Amino acid sequence: MSNIGSYEERCKDFDWSIAKKELSYKEGDPINIGYYCSDRNCELGLGSKLALIWEGFTGEQKKFTFEDLKIHSNSFAHLLNKKLGLKSGERIVVFMDKIPELYFSFLGILKMGGIAVPLFSAFGEDSLLTRLQNCNASAVLTTRKLVPRIRKIKDRLPDLRHVVIMSEDENIPLKEREMAFSYSKAPRIESFESFPATAETPSVLHYTSGTTGQPKGALHVHASIFSQYLTAKWVLDLRPDDIYWCTADPGWVTGTSYGIIGPWSLGITQVVLDGGFVPEKWYELIQKHKITVWYSAPTAIRMLMKAGKEIVKKFDLTSLRHLCSVGEPLNPEAVIWSEEVYGLPFHDTWWQTETGCILVSNYPGMKIKPGSMGKAFPGITAAVLSHEFEPITEKNKPGLLALRPPWPSIFRTYWNNKNGYESKFKNGWYITGDRSSIDEDGYFWFMGRDDDVINVAGHLVGPFEIESVLLEHEAVAESAAIGKPDSINMEVVKAFVALKTGFQPTDDLELSIMNFIRKKLSSIAMPQEIEFVDSLPKTRSGKIMRRVLRAQERGEPVGDLSTLEND
Amino acid sequence: MKEELIEYIKKEFVEDPDEEIDETTLLISSGLIDSLSIVSLVAFIDKKLGVKIPDEKGVVENFETVNKIIETINECKK
Repeated sequence: MSNIGSYEERCKDFDWSIAKKELSYKEGDPINIGYYCSDRNCELGLGSKLALIWEGFTGEQKKFTFEDLKIHSNSFAHLLNKKLGLKSGERIVVFMDKIPELYFSFLGILKMGGIAVPLFSAFGEDSLLTRLQNCNASAVLTTRKLVPRIRKIKDRLPDLRHVVIMSEDENIPLKEREMAFSYSKAPRIESFESFPATAETPSVLHYTSGTTGQPKGALHVHASIFSQYLTAKWVLDLRPDDIYWCTADPGWVTGTSYGIIGPWSLGITQVVLDGGFVPEKWYELIQKHKITVWYSAPTAIRMLMKAGKEIVKKFDLTSLRHLCSVGEPLNPEAVIWSEEVYGLPFHDTWWQTETGCILVSNYPGMKIKPGSMGKAFPGITAAVLSHEFEPITEKNKPGLLALRPPWPSIFRTYWNNKNGYESKFKNGWYITGDRSSIDEDGYFWFMGRDDDVINVAGHLVGPFEIESVLLEHEAVAESAAIGKPDSINMEVVKAFVALKTGFQPTDDLELSIMNFIRKKLSSIAMPQEIEFVDSLPKTRSGKIMRRVLRAQERGEPVGDLSTLEND
Repeated sequence: MKEELIEYIKKEFVEDPDEEIDETTLLISSGLIDSLSIVSLVAFIDKKLGVKIPDEKGVVENFETVNKIIETINECKK
């Protein structure tokens, strides 16, 4: 019997007090995610239970109990608060590969009341600068491998007081404002009094891309744990004896909501692989650690499909009992394939950085309609709206996917962008930016974005940030970035580039521009294709009409061209 | 060909000037190159080495080491 049991029964009279009660929380109590994910588990007698089984790409393994998690997160909390004098509410960036220090420091920041800002380790200097400037970060926790990127931008970050480099060797060369730190060599801190956060105390800042402007920091609060705890229990079906693997990097919200907070608030053992995608290594990991619940992304699943069935036969994956996916719609073929090859279907889940937790999903025991997002989580009102922001009652008619707030983990604002935050709410609905339809049985079906945001392998990229950096290239006069359909990644970036006088559209230049974007932003933002053009379609007011380029790319009707500027 | 590939990878993907790359260095597992960055290598191989790598060969398994990349290039040449 699954944790959720009957979905229909759960939907009757649902209240988030279920989670609060299980977490022994009463209104007005202090609540600190860092404490809940480590110390509380020790108090419940789970101190010697494995919390983290970490494996590096060379096969090196490290194991940590909840007691270890408590001690090591205490070390970070102590360093940040007592030694460096950082205070509650200060933004502290974590910029690391998926090493144990990432997890310890994330909890340590929350314990001392700071706001954790985890950033994807593949971000280039422009991606880093945008985010660090926006949140006025006080400190960055990073590694020797990644600190060169911070050093390149440090002079443009006057609020940045501390750069802490993870290093066993205290004598590494350090620059101004830097220090070395090793959790294993730091004095053992048995007890750290967690900051008495309340439900509304800010906890985590996750950056997400929109259709206009630079990425926005979605601010979460400590109350988000109620949502993440219960959805991890009911959707991921996590149970005390599970060995759980979430493949997401904590630089993205999946990696914190369900790679840290959800599982550890439940006292679950989880596996982390710090390495790139290699099918054999993934299967070997599942076999070796007898992973039971696996939460991954459609892009990875499609790459596993591409790797084929034969390779699966070399491994014993019988430990698996529940599979879920996230980030982009899971195509029906992938659901059918996984059932055939793993004996289990992937359950698609839908949510966003702004929602903080899974809100539409396929649930254990519920019939899966391959290709469907599933149904709304109990207690959540989800609808599709017209462009007048009124619910569409007609079945299977596409509209704007919207949700009725509140729920505990909904974002509380975009950092330094109140207008942007308020624009996401219309008529009492949170407008997701996704388009969807609802069928006769109440299942939601994804119909694409309602804006120009590009979804590359489950990660949203804004065209503006790509175009802005393209303009920094010496050869580029004008540019437009769109999403191009891709069989593995759902979409990849395609850039249209008009060159400055004196530059020729050569293969070398194309490669140069691609690598330029990759190094400045990330491989996710890197155009997989560049088309050199003489000019770009624009409105009379000069706004680039990306939808025209997108339609032409997809062989679709270009729609209303009445606002198109005539040449 | 090996030296050209190593030089390109060092120039485009390695940030630490003291980090050594050879023909057996794990490129994908280590996270040095991810699946989305493979297109950069494929474009380089096409433009500089004159070999087109078809989509079905442009998979992570074929780019895990320089040796593996060379093996893939030689297969595509046939």
